[in-house]
Amino acid sequence: MYPAELKYTKNHEYLRPLGDGTALVGITHYAQEALGDVVFVSLPEPGTRLGTGEEFGTVESVKTVSEVYMPSAGEVLEVNTELEAHPEFVNEDPYGQGWMIKLRLEGELDSGLLDAAGYEAHVMSESR
Amino acid sequence: MSLKRTPLFDAHVALGARMVDFGGWEMPLQYPTGILAEHHAVRKAVGIFDVSHMGEIRVRGSQSLAFLDWLTPNGVGALPPGRIQYTGLLTERGTFVDDLLLHKVDDRDFLLVVNASNAGKDLAWIRSHASAWDVEVLDESAVTGQVALQGPVSAAVLQPLVDIELGRIRYYGFAQGTFQGVPVLIARTGYTGEDGFEVYCPVERTPWVWETLLEQGRPQGLLPTGLGCRNTLRLEAKMALYGHEIDDGISALEADLGWILRFSKGDFLGRDALAAQRERGLVRVLVGFRMMEKGDIARDHMPVAEGGHVTSAAPSPTLGRNIGLALVPIALADLGSRIHIEIRGRACPAEVIPTPFYVRAR
Repeated sequence: MYPAELKYTKNHEYLRPLGDGTALVGITHYAQEALGDVVFVSLPEPGTRLGTGEEFGTVESVKTVSEVYMPSAGEVLEVNTELEAHPEFVNEDPYGQGWMIKLRLEGELDSGLLDAAGYEAHVMSESR
Repeated sequence: MSLKRTPLFDAHVALGARMVDFGGWEMPLQYPTGILAEHHAVRKAVGIFDVSHMGEIRVRGSQSLAFLDWLTPNGVGALPPGRIQYTGLLTERGTFVDDLLLHKVDDRDFLLVVNASNAGKDLAWIRSHASAWDVEVLDESAVTGQVALQGPVSAAVLQPLVDIELGRIRYYGFAQGTFQGVPVLIARTGYTGEDGFEVYCPVERTPWVWETLLEQGRPQGLLPTGLGCRNTLRLEAKMALYGHEIDDGISALEADLGWILRFSKGDFLGRDALAAQRERGLVRVLVGFRMMEKGDIARDHMPVAEGGHVTSAAPSPTLGRNIGLALVPIALADLGSRIHIEIRGRACPAEVIPTPFYVRAR
């Protein structure tokens, strides 16, 4: 449920480094489960530059809404336009088709990011 | 204070439900199927809800009818035995202590079904007004379990299990009989806008009734359904939720519930204030709206830019648009009026549209 190749935030976003200075960002399995059925995802314009921890969008479920934040600083290169027609991808495939934005990373990856084991421990402590 | 649990708590946990605090009760928000699938199951097939948390208050005695006809605003005198009416407990100001379903067994015996979170307050309210009347007010909540089957396939699921001919129970009617030998009261009511039945049974038999219905209904598409879809379903049907569309600061006229007020029957608690308010004219009233933009989703309690606030709002799974109910200034209550909902600091356009948002085909 928490792939080893990803980095995680305590706010339940993930970052997938693609090895060329870019990365995909989305929300974790735990986050999609907590939100329930996602019905709309609001994302920034490509070209937007945001710092670590800045809000880049909102995820609306039937029940509630949640802001999503930048795991690390960067420029938004691309957003997943498939989510307009298929917001359910966030629930069904959060680490695959449910990705939200593609970033060009700026500077070092944020040092507060967790690895899979660290994130799993964080989830355990939150859900206890 | 620890949360209260219904007799079905273990059954919900076994089904993988996500449990939440609902007015002091630990209740299922949703099962692993999710709110959307559960919502659609009720509209297209059948869902089963645990509503054992609801309060059941029995009023009996020689003056029961006269007492309730004074205590509640709808016409109790005109209600035949075996029928149910939606009504309320109103303050002298015409605002809500609670809303409820009143079941008339006969002139001397009524069953009131009230909201779980208000049950204690309601009981005290009824008792405080009962002393001058020859009535007995009994709290049956702890000994009564309740399961609701909701959706077009409800009758097909329930009929083989009961000795009551369901076709003879009208909408907002009820009958007493047995469910596989267990004594039950079956009411053709619900909180979803669909056809369906609320089955009242002895509390200790509730898990067995639940399991039996689940097993009977599964082949027909039945899903266990939680509070998440209960809310979207009742919103589409424009059914009020206490603490949202109604409370002790909102009058029955403001809540667009004038149809439960039987001014012609004579005095009732709250009548003078409501008659005066009707005479003066309303300052604000409850309306239904839809958001104009796909990505604008209003939520409960958001402000309306022109004045007032959203009482309940959500994406409507049936309609595929974002809807809501709001208390707004009377000048904006006409159909087609443009209002703006303040969503995270942005005034988002909405249009006042007819309610209920969803009406089932009959």
